Amino acid sequence: MSVSIDDVRHIASLARVGVNDEQAAQLTSELNGILQHMDVLSRVNTDGVEEAIGVGARGLPARADHGPPIALERSTDAFAPSIRDGFFLVPRLASHESSGEA
Amino acid sequence: MSASARELRDAIIGGQASARSHVEEALAVARGAESGTRPLNIFITLPADDARCDADEIVEHTNDTEPGLLLGVPVAIKDNIATLSMPTTCGSRILDGYISPYEATAITKLRAAGAVLFGKTNMDEFGMGSSTEHSAFGPTRNPNAPDRVPGGSSGGSAAAVAAGIVRIALGSETGGSVRQPAAFCGVVGVKPTYGRVSRFGLVAFASSLDHIGVFGRTVDDAARGLTAISGFDKRDSTSAELRVPTFIDSASESVKGMVIGRPREYFPESLNPRITAACDAALERLREQGAEIRDVSLPHTSLAIPTYYIIAPAEASSNLARFDGVRYGLRMQGDGLRAMYEATRSHGFGAEVTRRILLGTYVLSAGYYDAYYRKAQQVRSLIARDFSKVFASGVDVLLTPTTPSPAFGIGAISDPYEMYLADIFTVTANLAGVPAMSQPIGTVDGLPIGGQLIAAHFEEAKMFRAAFALERALHGVDQ
Amino acid sequence: MSATSDWEMVVGLEVHVQLRTRTKAFCSCSAEFGAPPNVNTCPVCLALPGALPVLNAKAVELATRAALALDCTVNPVSVFARKNYFYPDLPKGYQISQFDKPLATGGHIDIGTRSDGASIRIGVTRVHMEEDAGKSVHDRFDRVSAIDLNRSGVPLVEIVSEPDMRSAEQAGAYLRVLKQLLEYTDVSDVSMEEGSLRVDANISIRRRGETALGTKTELKNLNSFSGVERALKVEFARQVAVVSGGGSIQQQTMMWDERAEEVRPSRTKEGSHDYRYFPEPDLPPLVLAVDWIDHVREELPELPVARSQRYADEYQLNEYDREVLTASPHIADYFEAVARPHGDAKNAANWVMGEVLARLKATKETIGTFRVRPADLAQLLDLVRDGVVSHTAGKQIFARMSETGDPPAQIAERDGLLQVGDDAQLIGWLDEVIAEMPDEAARLRAGEKRLTGVLIGAAMRKSGGRADPRKLNQLLNARLGS
Ligand SMILES: [Mg+2]
Ligand SMILES: [Zn+2]
Repeated sequence: MSVSIDDVRHIASLARVGVNDEQAAQLTSELNGILQHMDVLSRVNTDGVEEAIGVGARGLPARADHGPPIALERSTDAFAPSIRDGFFLVPRLASHESSGEA
Repeated sequence: MSASARELRDAIIGGQASARSHVEEALAVARGAESGTRPLNIFITLPADDARCDADEIVEHTNDTEPGLLLGVPVAIKDNIATLSMPTTCGSRILDGYISPYEATAITKLRAAGAVLFGKTNMDEFGMGSSTEHSAFGPTRNPNAPDRVPGGSSGGSAAAVAAGIVRIALGSETGGSVRQPAAFCGVVGVKPTYGRVSRFGLVAFASSLDHIGVFGRTVDDAARGLTAISGFDKRDSTSAELRVPTFIDSASESVKGMVIGRPREYFPESLNPRITAACDAALERLREQGAEIRDVSLPHTSLAIPTYYIIAPAEASSNLARFDGVRYGLRMQGDGLRAMYEATRSHGFGAEVTRRILLGTYVLSAGYYDAYYRKAQQVRSLIARDFSKVFASGVDVLLTPTTPSPAFGIGAISDPYEMYLADIFTVTANLAGVPAMSQPIGTVDGLPIGGQLIAAHFEEAKMFRAAFALERALHGVDQ
Repeated sequence: MSATSDWEMVVGLEVHVQLRTRTKAFCSCSAEFGAPPNVNTCPVCLALPGALPVLNAKAVELATRAALALDCTVNPVSVFARKNYFYPDLPKGYQISQFDKPLATGGHIDIGTRSDGASIRIGVTRVHMEEDAGKSVHDRFDRVSAIDLNRSGVPLVEIVSEPDMRSAEQAGAYLRVLKQLLEYTDVSDVSMEEGSLRVDANISIRRRGETALGTKTELKNLNSFSGVERALKVEFARQVAVVSGGGSIQQQTMMWDERAEEVRPSRTKEGSHDYRYFPEPDLPPLVLAVDWIDHVREELPELPVARSQRYADEYQLNEYDREVLTASPHIADYFEAVARPHGDAKNAANWVMGEVLARLKATKETIGTFRVRPADLAQLLDLVRDGVVSHTAGKQIFARMSETGDPPAQIAERDGLLQVGDDAQLIGWLDEVIAEMPDEAARLRAGEKRLTGVLIGAAMRKSGGRADPRKLNQLLNARLGS
């Protein structure tokens, strides 16, 4: 499989990383250079092999339904780039704009 | 000065020294390392006065009935582990100046053991690199050869120990970022079993591969540091609820009757013959002490790098999505939300991080998941199975080279994939989640090289038993 | 052009339900609504660097209960997955959800019976756990949107139906039955107003008799059950118009505009969504012991169908009464708490469905806060049955009870509403009436029976409504013998 410059622009937009044409071209050749080394995997027979999910885990521990939460030693005002009346502020977006659903 | 962490601690308990005097000495050595024409650039943050204050508080504990394992010992911290008193930048512009409002579990445990937090060390941005050249705060130099890299991504922590500033430093690794720089810098570096040390507060690169690890000047330093930070943590759902042995006790156990495996895939024809020779010499030392050396095979080893460089970037692309300029860290203005995101992230992330985010986004994206991510997770099972089989066959510990070469020159490797190959012998342990460590076993062209020991899940004690024996045989370090 | 009658709609629903937990799904922050912005947040739900999720056991139990109430198979092993997309109210840049290994699959809901008596069964494809996002406020400040993460990480179940519904009415019925089941199992507050229940609808059309599925659109911004029904009708008409006009349906998201009663394509670019799901590496697979699942199943409360059946067997209530009384578990509990001590279930049913529900409707109270406790109502019904108070007085007493909450006997005593059956007293009133109305009395004695009512009425008035009308009648006949 090889990556086109349009693939790169698409994934860059998915990843919200701004790339100019020069970078896109550069990244296209770099990714293809890397991905060619991955093709070896396609030749490995993995029929009936489980995916490695939760390696070594003995089930999922769960917590009791009560507080207190982990404390913040500094308030959001101490680290938020833009905050007013306790809200984080971002450039205005029209409601429903490119929102995923819950 | 060659004192180990144990000696620093004993000096405090014995009253010959204080935590404060240890800190002053470390500060003096650090000043030396950062002065001159080629400063090593080891620390991103080193607040001398904070360290002094912390040290002065230790005094109260010097008469505790059970003094902490690290009482009064200065410990340097990789800058991707959350600390309250110092910034946590991950070597990235996107977190420049960010101070965590909570503390990592490993840090809480370190302080409980009496350690003095001594600065935050330089690293490849978000742990993505094998040379500590990919830091927004400039490259770190190798104390043994300042024109060479210290390895990475925990290069700052490895160099801090190699330069004699601290005896113990915390690092982290996803594909070898503790063991590889340990080898390049000629110190001991250990990565525990996945789940042995809580990841809570370790800024994630690839969650299923990330580990906090420990550097030491000696095996005892590393074992001591690891004992202090290990243990179950209810804040990390992948942490293991098992009792933790005191790893320094392995020093007193001999390797008589132990079976040490020599996996042939780690000794390819192409390997530098002096590295092969150093490993075989180490094996011989262990055999002399009563260990049995056995030739073994881990057949899927050659698939480790491609597998790793699919899984790690995939998880990274998701883990690094939170750096969006909304709640903390860097925000670049842009016309509208998307422009703000793209400006913040393209300006905030360096080239290697951007490369891996895009690689990871690609292998997870519609139409490619099965061919890349699912396939890689299956191959990962095969690699893990190789290890289980070997250990089930009666092998206690494996011995391999840590790296295919000694430290390379700063700027010497420009091709990304060639850089990835620096991890060729270390990624397997991260993929399988088994404990592994590197320790100095000799030099090539005057540059240190490391020997790697690998054990089965939660068998760190066995691994340390071999490490202590090897250290005694090679360096006459008496325990 | 073809008439809409040639077409049928094919509808599937995705319902998000907030689980009733004290704390969030993956951190210990309070899950309550109404706190000041970003007060209920911590390193985990703010997605601070290095923070990790830890699953809330209560959320698993509630989700499992919901799945079992929908007759789903709960999978002993399910896997959390990351759904990756950027949005300012999604702090991690991904939502922890479940994807190819959900909590439960293969359930169904019966929403009614066909003319032939067969039940209308809607398939439930899957029930999976996930976390809610935060809230984006767009109109509070100018030129910026405001992000509140108090809701970020609150536990949800997503309940996905099969495309089995063929009309807006069926969709409405599905939602009402679903809401009822979730209330019975006490899984959620299920309030669309508070956003603890949210509905998205997938709708396509096809010619009647066809079996293939057409291109679907997704309806969002549905704020009430009736809104869902109206939106489906509008979108159905739109699709039919497009297709019969020779056009074709674009797969896209449509926003329902409640006020304008119309649907509009949302700004979302389709295909711009590529969620890159993969197993959540911070959470090992969720393993549920089979006997734990069985235990949760055994602990399920009696569900509406079973309860209605029991009302038929135990109380011989007709279908209408059973439907009204079992609509809400709280009303049903109240009814039983009246019927049991009182004994006469039909009478209890009439009072609860009449007086009680009317009163709640009028005062907008809920049965939970209603002043008249069931035991007191049962007592009142006893008093009426035993003739201690008249039926009319009973209604007056009930009215006072629902204001004061006092016990009925006390009220009857205090307000002198106890029925008078004492002969001397009654005869006294009759004599006065006969004396005041000699002419009517004479004509009644002469056999003009219809005057009985007039004289009894007058005597009742003298008694202030307390006289026992039956006895009064007997005594009047005895008096003016005939
Ligand atoms: Mg959902
Ligand atoms: Zn929280």
